[in-house]
Amino acid sequence: MNNKLQKQLLKRSKAAKLERLGKTVSFLALMLITVTVFAIIIFVASKGLATFFSNHVNIIDFLTGKDWNPNVTNAKGQPEVGALPMISGSFVVTILSALLATPFAIGTAIFMNEISPHRGAKLLQPVIELLVGIPSVVYGFIGLTVVVPAIRNIFGGSGFGILAGTFVLFVMILPTVTSMSVDALRSVPRYYREAALALGATQWQTIYKVVLRAATPGMLTAVVFGMARAFGEALAVQMVIGNAALLPTNLVSPASTLTSVLTTGIGNTVMGSLQNNALWSLALVLLMMSLIFNLVIRMIGRKGAMSK
Amino acid sequence: MLINPSSPRLDDGWLERNIVDPSLKSQQPIVLETQQLHVYYGDNEAIHEGDLKFPEHQISALIGPSGSGKSTYLRSLNRMNDGIARVSGEILYRGVDVNRPEIDVYEMRRRIGMVFQRPNPFSKSIYDNITFALKRRGVTDKKELDEVVETSLKQAAIWDEVKDKLTKSALALSGGQQQRLCIARAIAVKPDILLLDEPASALDPVSTSKLEETLLKLKEDYTIIIVTHNMQQAARISDYTAFFNMGRALEYDETSQIFTSPKVQLTNDYVAGDFG
Amino acid sequence: MNSKVSNQIAIATLYVIASTIVVILAALLGYIIISGLPALSWHFLTSPAKAFTAGGGIGIQLFNSFYLLILTMIISFPIALGAGIYLNEYAKQNWLTSLVRTAIEILSSLPSVVVGLFGFLVFVVQFGFGFSILSGAFALTFFNLPLLTRSIEEALAAVPDEQREGGLALGLSKWETVLHIIVPAALPTILTGVILSAGRIFGEAAALIFTAGQSAPALNFTDWNPFNISSPLNPMRPAETLAVHIWKINSEGIMPDAKAISSGASAVLVISVLGFNLLARFVGHRLFKRLTAG
Ligand SMILES: Nc1ncnc2c1ncn2[C@@H]1O[C@H](COP(=O)(O)OP(=O)(O)O)[C@@H](O)[C@H]1O
Ligand SMILES: [Mg+2]
Repeated sequence: MNNKLQKQLLKRSKAAKLERLGKTVSFLALMLITVTVFAIIIFVASKGLATFFSNHVNIIDFLTGKDWNPNVTNAKGQPEVGALPMISGSFVVTILSALLATPFAIGTAIFMNEISPHRGAKLLQPVIELLVGIPSVVYGFIGLTVVVPAIRNIFGGSGFGILAGTFVLFVMILPTVTSMSVDALRSVPRYYREAALALGATQWQTIYKVVLRAATPGMLTAVVFGMARAFGEALAVQMVIGNAALLPTNLVSPASTLTSVLTTGIGNTVMGSLQNNALWSLALVLLMMSLIFNLVIRMIGRKGAMSK
Repeated sequence: MLINPSSPRLDDGWLERNIVDPSLKSQQPIVLETQQLHVYYGDNEAIHEGDLKFPEHQISALIGPSGSGKSTYLRSLNRMNDGIARVSGEILYRGVDVNRPEIDVYEMRRRIGMVFQRPNPFSKSIYDNITFALKRRGVTDKKELDEVVETSLKQAAIWDEVKDKLTKSALALSGGQQQRLCIARAIAVKPDILLLDEPASALDPVSTSKLEETLLKLKEDYTIIIVTHNMQQAARISDYTAFFNMGRALEYDETSQIFTSPKVQLTNDYVAGDFG
Repeated sequence: MNSKVSNQIAIATLYVIASTIVVILAALLGYIIISGLPALSWHFLTSPAKAFTAGGGIGIQLFNSFYLLILTMIISFPIALGAGIYLNEYAKQNWLTSLVRTAIEILSSLPSVVVGLFGFLVFVVQFGFGFSILSGAFALTFFNLPLLTRSIEEALAAVPDEQREGGLALGLSKWETVLHIIVPAALPTILTGVILSAGRIFGEAAALIFTAGQSAPALNFTDWNPFNISSPLNPMRPAETLAVHIWKINSEGIMPDAKAISSGASAVLVISVLGFNLLARFVGHRLFKRLTAG
């Protein structure tokens, strides 16, 4: 046995030490992100649940109450913290904007991938990237100076409300949903189209009956993703929706969303007070919805993978 | 000649493994040797038994059909398979078993270098490609680095082609030049053994013959183990040849023996070009 | 209806839809630039804002946006790099890795206002940083980390394994190989990702209104000692950014020229983001060429 060599080979080299250090440091960086996510969930939950555990608000009353007036105590001696106006406001603008954006997004995606790939790559791709890049306050500002006055002129009233919010969100989520739909179409194998066309189907029949069907899970994911963004968008919506904590009864009168009440309210309340806690409860609803959207996207992904 | 005592596990009686012990034939000491080497990818055993000895300053070639385990065997020798495959058995490097967790794998790999099938120069200058590992090991003296660059490039027979463009990107070189640069890079850290996995398979015939010349010169300073699918190449440059089939070294002998009078029928078929 | 006709109708409709998107973008950009350009002047870009009278600028907000961006990058890049390296180079396929990936996905889809509220709770209140650049930079770091980590991971994954083996075969550790070979090889892609995320950070407001604050105290641009309260570099001062400013003056602005200022500020914001986009393409392209050319 070669003792000198053995000794040299058993000594821990600089490389070995660096490897240990580097692996540890990069692991810690990753853990920092992970721990943060859990911290966010725990912090927001603990603040948001205080309304129910410290201030003894009934959670059902909170979710279904129609009156949001945290400074006022109602007949039962409970503060008026009914979040239904905001919750329904958030859902209505989200669903309406998704309904509006979906045909445009999918249509554009089909155009880009099936009808005119050249123009898709040269013209529409950059257009979509630019639309993604426009900051949300700019969307809000344009909504405020263009969309709201237009609605005011056509429908009367102040112009603020669900319709204005829907319109702004529609433009905001359009690029995201479109580019994800393009990805979904792209993942449909070429021979699907060739087989359908060879059977004598027209291009539209091929797209409609074969390509779209195969790409459905991916498109659904795109739409849900867009909805998640719309639900969480704060400032652009807050600037055009009017911020009245009322149950939306029509599309053109002031309403509010979870995010709009949060952004206007949190700075005007005292930490630890019921008024403040109630706002954190809204944030908790927002967080839960974000998690649910995440879950739905995962479920679609899993189903899509199974049916393939 | 020494027939390996462990009997083959194949049923076919004619398939008798013929492993020669080079230490009985060559005056050179054995620098690397495997004993009872088994390699597993998950549950799949890719090397069933690899018991070979490699003599110093000789070129040993590993040949055999594709998928027979040549690369797997070669990559196990300097533990490039760590984290990819499980390797059991002993790998004796100058008598020291390096297939143990307490061995410093980085120092071991410095001594047992490797060149791969596809040339893989770093996207750095030619000069930096050669000096990179040295700098990481703490060599800072410019004169020393310059010297290593020159000697390694000369040893790899590429100095004349690149000496005027050392600061240019290595990726701008031709495939053959890149491969010789990779050899120069490997010998810059002063290894003992060079492992090469089909180093010429991506090269044109002219580059290939240049590479072969280079290897023949390099064997004066290094022990070389080369995987090749090109039998002429093995015949031209190697001193010993091992024939691999289905995860086993079926026959191992002096190259001239393997190519003129192999003892195993399959080896004969293979070198005659009947399969593989 | 016969299938040929319906085919033509469908394709015509698709043309209309695709054109609509182009028209929407053209209208948006046109509106922003045309309504914003008249407001743009050297004075506008460099002078401080005025609360009650016309003629204010966006100088301080513009500076704040850039300072916050740089600080955020300084904090988030090393973390994202480490996390990206671990995910691509070391992580095994096990429950911990899938937990981590889920967490990153959740963080990336979290509404930025929630991230801002968390930043408010932790940095502004708990750590006592108050409304400050530092609080804002931390909030933006969380906002930035998931996407940046993912783009770094993808950039590293695109570097062929042969490069890694090349380093390992020389007796280098995986860490050294990754840091000195793989990361430099992936640099064009990594930089493109960094610049694109910079555009996102630059336009972000919701995560900032409760962390960096909504006020822009006067700065003394001759004092570069970060410990002085009026120094532009002081990280503990409140710092309204350009994006927050646009939101703020439109929600409760009382200066008479609020609209002109917002138009100008929006134009600056959009032009900056466009600039980041172009820069990203340019840098990726140029660096790639420099690394591969002879
Ligand atoms: N990374 C790997 N993972 C799983 N199996 C592998 C891997 N590499 C090689 N194998 C398997 O091991 C066997 C031997 O392969 P290899 O050593 O590459 O053969 P050769 O180099 O002789 O062509 C083959 O069956 C191959 O499929
Ligand atoms: Mg091989």
